[in-house]
Amino acid sequence: MLRFVLRRVALVLPSLAGLLVVTFLLIHAVPSDPAVAMAGDAATPEQIERLRKQYGLDRPIWEQFAVYLGKVATLDLGESAFTRRPVARDIVQRLPATLELTFCALALSVFIGVPLGVMAGLKHNTWPDYLLRVFSVLGIAVAAFWFAIMLQLLFSMQLGWLPLRGELDVSIARPTRVTGFLLLDCLIAGRLDAFADAARHLVLPAVTLSLGGLATIVRFTRAGVLDTLQHDFVFYERAMGYRRLRLIWIYVLRNSVTATVTQIGLLFGGLIAGGVVVEAIFDWPGIGSYTVQAILTGDRQVMLAVTLLVGTVYAGVNILVDVVHGLLDPRLMERT
Amino acid sequence: MIPILRKLGRDLPAMLGLGIVLVVLVIAILGPLLAPYPEDAAAAHLLRRLKPPSAAFPFGTDNLGRDIFSRVILGARGALSIALTVVSTAMAIGVPLGLIAGYRGGWLSETIMRVTDVVLAIPQLVLALALAQLMSPSIESAMLALSLTYWPFFTRIVYAETRRLSASLFVDALRGIGASTPRIVFLHILPNAISPVIVRATIGLGFTILVAAVLGFLGMGATPPAPDWGLAIAESRTYLPRAWWYATFPGLAILITVMGFNLLGDGLRDIVDPRLRRSR
Amino acid sequence: MMPVLSVRGLKVSIHTDDGLASILDDVGLELERGRILGVVGESGCGKSTLIRAVMGILPKGASVDGGEIWFEGENLLAFSEAELNTGVRSSRIGFIPQDPLLALNPVFKVGTQLLEVMRWHAPDDGSRGNARRARHVARLVSLLRRMQVPDPEQALESYPHQFSGGQRQRLLIAAALACAPGLVIADEPTTALDVTTQHQILLLLRELVAEFGISLLFVTHDFGVVAELCDDLCVIYAGQTVETGTVRSILDAPAHPYTRALLACHPDRATSFLGIPGTVPSPFARPSGCLFAPRCLDVRPLCLSARPPQGRSSSGAEVRCVQYA
Repeated sequence: MLRFVLRRVALVLPSLAGLLVVTFLLIHAVPSDPAVAMAGDAATPEQIERLRKQYGLDRPIWEQFAVYLGKVATLDLGESAFTRRPVARDIVQRLPATLELTFCALALSVFIGVPLGVMAGLKHNTWPDYLLRVFSVLGIAVAAFWFAIMLQLLFSMQLGWLPLRGELDVSIARPTRVTGFLLLDCLIAGRLDAFADAARHLVLPAVTLSLGGLATIVRFTRAGVLDTLQHDFVFYERAMGYRRLRLIWIYVLRNSVTATVTQIGLLFGGLIAGGVVVEAIFDWPGIGSYTVQAILTGDRQVMLAVTLLVGTVYAGVNILVDVVHGLLDPRLMERT
Repeated sequence: MIPILRKLGRDLPAMLGLGIVLVVLVIAILGPLLAPYPEDAAAAHLLRRLKPPSAAFPFGTDNLGRDIFSRVILGARGALSIALTVVSTAMAIGVPLGLIAGYRGGWLSETIMRVTDVVLAIPQLVLALALAQLMSPSIESAMLALSLTYWPFFTRIVYAETRRLSASLFVDALRGIGASTPRIVFLHILPNAISPVIVRATIGLGFTILVAAVLGFLGMGATPPAPDWGLAIAESRTYLPRAWWYATFPGLAILITVMGFNLLGDGLRDIVDPRLRRSR
Repeated sequence: MMPVLSVRGLKVSIHTDDGLASILDDVGLELERGRILGVVGESGCGKSTLIRAVMGILPKGASVDGGEIWFEGENLLAFSEAELNTGVRSSRIGFIPQDPLLALNPVFKVGTQLLEVMRWHAPDDGSRGNARRARHVARLVSLLRRMQVPDPEQALESYPHQFSGGQRQRLLIAAALACAPGLVIADEPTTALDVTTQHQILLLLRELVAEFGISLLFVTHDFGVVAELCDDLCVIYAGQTVETGTVRSILDAPAHPYTRALLACHPDRATSFLGIPGTVPSPFARPSGCLFAPRCLDVRPLCLSARPPQGRSSSGAEVRCVQYA
């Protein structure tokens, strides 16, 4: 088991190293001179030269890379040009909100998507199956930012059922920050009013964000079930008199979800990317809106840090997925 | 080709996708001829701002009094040309790299696939946004950024197919009779690897339209007054909830177009990939 | 004495995109208590459909259009799916599948799968909960020991891919016997095995029939296996029973031209390596006369116009051929 995990970690190390190189090149090898960009339009040549010295941009590129590595290793990600605060601090501040949103969206996708996918697979080529197939294509084809606006238009502006944006109503005092996860902090502080309000704020962003993942999970679970049902062991289990519900929801499903689990790993990248837009629209105080702000203001340190963060998280999630995969299918664990 | 079309004909959703794609293609080509107010690509009519849908303006008018129906029609050309440029550029980079990595092996292959993995490890949108910003926002840098982040998908596919094929008996036999490497790669491996590439490209066209719309929405793509779908939705946010039509119709245009490419791509994949075909 | 299993005039057809296909068209057989009946035919003759019909698990689009299936005095065709699942499968009819690797669920431990079956179908001995489960484990361990599976406790904790082919087949034989059924149906259980293992499994089955008091329906395409294991024999061609009788009588004096042709193909007594000329008729377009007529070396004008009647050969077998009418 431990060997399996270590092997997976070793496999992503080259990718992480590559990620460092790519982010470094993004900043240092793009056509425009970073010192000029940092100094702004009105800078004199002397000012630019000083900045160049200050950031070590006059030194050879491999030396700059070594300095960069050292900084990343000590989590020194520079200062945001916009907030004038260390980027690492901003990220730590904002990460919980993003994780909370992403986790809720993922949970929605999985807990709705898997049962729907199994049903579509069982009802293969009947109208519920067709309906779900159309729905899953729609879910992938819809632009999240547009869907978010449509939801806001309907549920916030027209019906007034759910809040338009933000994480918590301004009239409600924030509970003391313990974990950084707002819902958890509300519970820890025993503030049920704040919890209810926070949950209401979470609904629209989470639904928007879950849509693409939901559609993907339905598709892959359906394909997995259809594939599994063709196997001989399903006939054998029926011939041995397995109870129908247990046969499907335990014995068939366990075989069908391996492909789905792989997809959840890939989805995570999509969720992070989707989160960028969804957070911007709902003014969600997480990494996504931070990224958009950085992009709109040309805040390079932040863009660099976010790219690095996202790549690392993505690699981490994929290790996790491989481990879950190994737990679901014992044959994989032995092959390595 | 003919049997593929015949199989596609039996797949109703795929035919729907093909229909949508063809209609969008015609609209993109004939746009200015079809739009009732082709001059609204740029012109402003401040006297008829934000009119709701009516017989004269089926989708209503926007904040500058322009006919949204016309602008949705005119936007098809931009969306499709971005998608076609991005996907063909990505293919031009990704397919040769995949062939080289798959056929040659060794350190070159290792390097190519590592770089591919790294680029794939960063969500395309985030990387494209960063690149587009670094190159100063414009429609061209958006296209370049999308191409630079989409090629690894093709490299992966072509690499896998090439590896499979170059280990196969028939390529062994070709080597045995002394066929040259370019001959084997271009005449025998590439044609066999091309169908999954076409499937990926079809889905990629839809996907690119979607991501390009996000870039436009965030101000990293098309610039006003271009009739861009994503840009229109961004502009509409100031006028909600009053001008609901302003955001709704450009979004529907994106939805239907992307859905068309996805349905077609799914249908093609079912025909090309025998594993999935079994489950239909 | 009443036979354990009696199939009469069974007809099964399947609706496909290309029309209605007749898979079984008049199959009949009788399995007496404590005996082993071999069902022999080429692939595609309807052997697996016969098994599926008896188990009540026909593929999508297939239906029984006629005939009867009597099991221990009850008409199985009158049973609902729920009745079959709760009261017949495993508890009264055990099943041994063809390929033991494909038949076991790859991601569950062998013990989990066998206990799942026993949980619902083992005879009620009054114990409940953990006590019941412990009794099941004990019974499985003793069964596996009888099947000569080394280290039975460990075997229950292992995954299917960790066993060899022969071991897996022993596991599945134990599974078939676990709930003490009266009838066991085996679907070519030795086809996927090498010859030595095959021989051991056949010996084991032979012993188990007497020891556990079961009757065995053994489906195969291999006459060698039949000769080694079975008491009675039923030859099927294109969804029809063409010859039934004791193994002795049929092997000594095969009556139906198809049986003779099949035997001639068997490596042990091959007179030619040519096989039987022609192919099994399409299930969409069955000939109007004898189904074997197009391939028969002994064909007569009558064979092409009318379905042949049942007759009896000199050795006592029932034969569907004009020569014995």
